[in-house]
Amino acid sequence: MSNDPLIQVKDLSVGFTNRAGDTLSILRNIDLSLHTGDTIGLVGESGCGKSTLALAMMGYLKTGLRVLGGESDFKGHNVFDLDDKALETIRGGDLALIPQNAGQSLTPTMRIEQQVNEALLLHTKFSKDQWRGRCIEVLTQVRLPQPDALLERYPHELSGGQQQRVAIAIALAGEPDVLLLDEPTTGLDVTTQAHVLALLCALAEETGTAMVYVSHDLGAIAQVCDSIVVMYAGEIVLSGTARRVLKHPDHPYVRGLLSSIPRLKQAIVPASMPGRPPAPGEVGNGCGFVDRCPLAEQRCHDERPVLEAGIAGERVRCHFHQRLEHLPPPELPNRPERTNLDEADIILRLEDVAISYYTPGFFEKILGHESRVPPTVDKVDVTICKGETIGLVGESGSGKSTILRAIAGLQPPLKGSIEFETTTNLNTFVDDRAKDTLRRIQLIFQNPDSSLNPRQTVGEILAQPLKLYFGLQGEELRERIEALLISVRLHVDYIGRLPSQLSGGEKQRVAVARAFAAEPDLVLCDEVTSALDVSVQAAVIELLTELQSDRATTYIFVSHDLSVVRAVADRVAVLYQGRLCEIGSSEKVYDLPSHPYTEALLGAVLEPDPDTEPRLMAEDIVELSPPTSGCPFQRRCPRRIGEICDRETPPWQGADQSHAIACHIPLDELLAMQKQPRIMPVALVN
Amino acid sequence: MIKLFLQRLVLGLLTLVFVSGIVFVTVEALPGDACTAYLGRMATGTRLENCRRDFGVDRPALTRYAEWTLGALQGDLGMSLKRNKPISDIIGTRLRNTLVLGLSATLIGVPIAIFLGIIAGLWRDRPPDMWISTIAIFAMTIPEFVSSTLLILVFSAWLGWLPGIVTTPPNAPLVEFLSDIILPIIALALVMTAHILRMVRTSVIDVMASDYVQMARLKGVPYWRMIFRHVLPNALLPTINLVALTIAWLLGGVVVIEVVFNYPGLGRLTIDAISDRDLALVQAIALVLAAVYIGLNLFADLLTLVANPRLRTMRN
Repeated sequence: MSNDPLIQVKDLSVGFTNRAGDTLSILRNIDLSLHTGDTIGLVGESGCGKSTLALAMMGYLKTGLRVLGGESDFKGHNVFDLDDKALETIRGGDLALIPQNAGQSLTPTMRIEQQVNEALLLHTKFSKDQWRGRCIEVLTQVRLPQPDALLERYPHELSGGQQQRVAIAIALAGEPDVLLLDEPTTGLDVTTQAHVLALLCALAEETGTAMVYVSHDLGAIAQVCDSIVVMYAGEIVLSGTARRVLKHPDHPYVRGLLSSIPRLKQAIVPASMPGRPPAPGEVGNGCGFVDRCPLAEQRCHDERPVLEAGIAGERVRCHFHQRLEHLPPPELPNRPERTNLDEADIILRLEDVAISYYTPGFFEKILGHESRVPPTVDKVDVTICKGETIGLVGESGSGKSTILRAIAGLQPPLKGSIEFETTTNLNTFVDDRAKDTLRRIQLIFQNPDSSLNPRQTVGEILAQPLKLYFGLQGEELRERIEALLISVRLHVDYIGRLPSQLSGGEKQRVAVARAFAAEPDLVLCDEVTSALDVSVQAAVIELLTELQSDRATTYIFVSHDLSVVRAVADRVAVLYQGRLCEIGSSEKVYDLPSHPYTEALLGAVLEPDPDTEPRLMAEDIVELSPPTSGCPFQRRCPRRIGEICDRETPPWQGADQSHAIACHIPLDELLAMQKQPRIMPVALVN
Repeated sequence: MIKLFLQRLVLGLLTLVFVSGIVFVTVEALPGDACTAYLGRMATGTRLENCRRDFGVDRPALTRYAEWTLGALQGDLGMSLKRNKPISDIIGTRLRNTLVLGLSATLIGVPIAIFLGIIAGLWRDRPPDMWISTIAIFAMTIPEFVSSTLLILVFSAWLGWLPGIVTTPPNAPLVEFLSDIILPIIALALVMTAHILRMVRTSVIDVMASDYVQMARLKGVPYWRMIFRHVLPNALLPTINLVALTIAWLLGGVVVIEVVFNYPGLGRLTIDAISDRDLALVQAIALVLAAVYIGLNLFADLLTLVANPRLRTMRN
């Protein structure tokens, strides 16, 4: 192996010219080198320039961007000097990209075989009659079952995990020296993500291909990469070995970032960072992080720090990084025990609830067909008491959002009953509910970009519930809006701004404020932090917790992220295919014994710690509909005991009052099995 | 997929039955009937009664409707009292003439539209696009009767290259129409081309901005290969239905153009039938046009089903 770097980025700056004619930079003075066999993780929050950097290594800049200085070399040639012909050879042949959203990055009108063949045609010397064999080889290499049949399919016929594997296979088909991975597992379910990452680790070992792994997720990076480069506001702030960066972060930003990540093992309150990253052009003469930094002094405002060598060979961009050396990692406080809950004071009771999206078509109505599709959600019994937070967790398609929609009245249940405070029946459509019931139940959506009207100012958005429910007007209305803004820690000046002028976290705060404007008793949170960066996520979690302790609000918190749920929920219900698997206090649910599905979910969670490794329990199959009888998890269960699982609905077994598991295996046996350290081999999916 | 197509087919037939009902009821609701229209001022007394009895107009409406639809199914659209001929004979050659006009306009217009649309989309906001788009907007906004008149003025009155008005009889062999038909085709194709072109342009621009096209570029796919393999198949899918809609719209536009050029097609026949109060003929033409419209849409649906893998491989 020669010692020349494959990729060498030298003092690269990239930027654009805005309408006012100012040149703003996206990347500033980046230096980076990648050798054969390296796996580098590029990490940072959205907008820090990590994807721009990865694409720049391929000589590709988004429309409007241009190189302001420096160069990016591949095998000694600056990629920005190459002509189209040379770039076409390098791209896909030497440097292959694995895109973020494989589903949208595969051409919908081409069969898988045609897409793999294209890579073979353009970048390898295989003759046409060898293509088929080679296609099957690469698909097998990415552990795709039945490659023969798969080659005939179109992208939309594959599951998300399969699409991602196909994208990896296409990249491998060109036999590249370097793989650039741009958030390859974002958007996949946790178990699928764990499988894809395990595959990438194995590939890196088998083929020795160098990798640049771009992600906002330190947990994923910790699994795959040997070294980590942290970016902030378009520059590298810290780079070093994965262990050093994750265990002893020498930069205040990285320290803050790590503290804002909720942990699975411990119910901590994640610490948020104040402020937000500067937009391009907002960085002054000093350090980009100065406005949010706890260590900042006058020097940090005046003088831009250089990337200097740290103690353990890492490179760090901070004037005062030595001070961090002696500071122990911050202790994060445990989430306080909730003692004021009165279990007899019930706010919401779901009894044997079934929900179905199935609507008979025109012909079925005429011919009177009965639905043969099992309902999306079935047999859900949950009781929620006033002032608590209950987390609903499960992978996509587990019916968790559907339950929220039923409670909100958007999709009334097929059968069973939903009762609000034992007096109000909620089996009704939202139009048929009393105004006061509507006021008392509020919903916060996942994506504030689509849940806030882009044509209304923040003031108008917040005024709506106030006018509708309380009839406020004039001065009184304005005062209330200002008070709401302050309560979600936004400046009162925001009253006249449009959503497009706010950052993602600020928008979500406005959405929270809108829900709380109605002074609700029950707030339904549907993946409210999933679209946010970790540091912003921590702030939203903090805000929700604070509002709850002030007003004794009840939350139903839906999330696919088990660590986030751990940080907020008193009780947790685990759902698979719309059926409850396990329910109990969050302490008990996150501890053994677990339902085999909970066990698989917990095993797949990635922690930003190089010493933990995900346990791959269940195979990442996507089931389109639940089985008609027996346990919902029967087809994927790693602890399946036999026929009985297919035939009979598992009984609820309670370890004690506050914890129950629906499984045929007796709890003590389950506990004994789960205590054995055992790692399932990555099996082929069939 | 076959099931889906059969469903569409049944729905199409149901629509046709529905349309026939509406047409029948509308004509029925008009004051007077076939006999008053036929006899005109002489429609009084026994003459009217005899006429009504002879032609069965005095029977209940439902019976007449059933008779009419059953006849229409067998290709018998009834008699035109005014023209004293079976309606199928009158419509036959006219329909042929209109179809020839419409088909030629489509065959010339659609490929040009797609080609220019692709050029405009790929050279977005640069000179080729500016020219194409500006001309297209002009072609779209000028009404057909203005563009037809302009065409006649330039090519017939000034240059004298082509006849401005068709004098060939309706049932003449097609060859004799050759020189007559050129100007109507141009007038008809002009508007249609502009519509489709705009749509293709937008579609190409959307697809060029998609993740999979960016990905193709980053896989090192050469530009023209990328255009033909990754961009065009996806960009042209949504235009199939638009083309069908435009052709169907063209059947309406054809009325104006046929009148301006005095072209003996179905459009001019419609106008004549209306002014003659030849109700049976109006009724029949409406039904034929509806059938063509539904048929075209059905064909477009089928074509989309076949061309779009997402629909083609749909289960059930």
